[in-house]
Amino acid sequence: MLQVKKLSAAYGQVTAVRDIDLSLDEGGILAVIGANGAGKSTLLKTIAGQLPAKSGSINFEGQDISALPAFERAKRGVVMVPEGRRLFPSLTVHENLQTALSSKRKGFWNLENVYDLFPLVSERKDRRAGNLSGGEQQATAIARALVANPRLLLLDEVSLGLAPAIISELYAILPKILAQGTSILLVEQDVSQALKVSDEVHCLLQGSTSLAGKNFDMAEISAAYFGSEVKR
Amino acid sequence: MNLLDPIIQGILLGGLYALFAAGLSLMFGVMRIVNLAYGDFAVLAAYASLVVVNAALVNPLVALVFIAPAMALIGYVLQRTILQRTLGLSPLPSLLVTFGLSIIVQNLLLMFGSADQQRLTLGDIDTASIVLPLDIHIGVFPLAVFILAIVILSALSWFMASTQYGRLVRAVSDDPATVELQGVNPKQIFALATAIAFGLVAVAGVAAGIQTSFNPTSGSMLLIFAFEAVIIGGLGSLWGTLGGAMILGVAQTVGAAFAPAQQILAGHLVFLIFLAFLPNGISRRKVRA
Repeated sequence: MLQVKKLSAAYGQVTAVRDIDLSLDEGGILAVIGANGAGKSTLLKTIAGQLPAKSGSINFEGQDISALPAFERAKRGVVMVPEGRRLFPSLTVHENLQTALSSKRKGFWNLENVYDLFPLVSERKDRRAGNLSGGEQQATAIARALVANPRLLLLDEVSLGLAPAIISELYAILPKILAQGTSILLVEQDVSQALKVSDEVHCLLQGSTSLAGKNFDMAEISAAYFGSEVKR
Repeated sequence: MNLLDPIIQGILLGGLYALFAAGLSLMFGVMRIVNLAYGDFAVLAAYASLVVVNAALVNPLVALVFIAPAMALIGYVLQRTILQRTLGLSPLPSLLVTFGLSIIVQNLLLMFGSADQQRLTLGDIDTASIVLPLDIHIGVFPLAVFILAIVILSALSWFMASTQYGRLVRAVSDDPATVELQGVNPKQIFALATAIAFGLVAVAGVAAGIQTSFNPTSGSMLLIFAFEAVIIGGLGSLWGTLGGAMILGVAQTVGAAFAPAQQILAGHLVFLIFLAFLPNGISRRKVRA
């Protein structure tokens, strides 16, 4: 459903990701891993439309979406949970979720089903989003994206700055999202966490693909992750 | 000296200023645009109403039924075509562009109208008043404007609090880039907010045209009053704006009771006192950067 070909993107003159090829099947999950500054978030932003592609194509359900603005992509079902959650702090949790209704996408994930999936978010419904803990914010951000009934969910650094218990709680939810036919492309710094949910990994190093595929051992992954030689 | 009378008159005058200030406050709150042409668009609406009144021989309130949507449309188009391009990290482009618009509108009015003082009239209602005990006269029209201001502000705050568009307007003032991730074009929401502001300015401009008078350059003074009301009330708070407008109105009328020629100066002085000692305004909300 998603084919990214030769994708490059830049901040001004600085190329942040270069010639990335990746693909994702319907209902599949792929983890993009890499160190700080490897270009993981940039890749996700380019697919979501927050950053223009410099070259290459992004094919989504048979159409090249690389020229569409972000809101058009969201309407077609490419929905991102951005880095740093980016909730609307002056709105309540419930109102944050309601904003996603404007994507006008029908499907399984209505407000009720999303609240069932996230009891914690449901309890904080009337709280201002600015007054939530990090874990609550992350859960709310995922919940908000789900309300838009994504076909492809882009998750940026779900685990960032959260306690391990909360991270596993959030990751435990991903299979339930996949079960509804949504594909997930996630960015994760924590390799072991990424490998728990996704067999397939795509490792970035300084903006380029350093490793992609399945069934690598830890030594190969860490070599690709840090850019060192594999010692055998 | 009986101060009760000027205080009551000032509160009513505050209703008119609140009508002006609400739109200015909305545009600033949502887009961080300080619209320097705001007062001139109010005057433009008053002139447009005058043209409709003279051509169709209806009263200004009937004219307003057409003028307010027309102004809202102008606001929408202006935002999508010009003002949107001025948005960015620096406030300077929007200041320069709206300052330019202000000059353009003033000069167009001078070309097609004249430099004379004009006014709109509702006939006998203009001067009708209700007599209360203690020899206090309340003008029917200022009272109606005050009530209208309360009704409009209530409607606006209901709209902002309880509708999907209202939520999106608030969300967009928090974070436009993230609103886009929800499948909404933030430019559309900006234009909607500007349309509402321009609809409000039409109502305020026509009300001011009936209550006082106007000429092509009187917009600047209206802008200053609206600004002062917004600052005293606290940026971004609708009911704070109403409070600020009433404080400004009372300052002017009470000032006039002591020194009739210094009415406007008294308002400015009270504004400066607020700016010095309560810069966040009476609603005391912290302004986000």
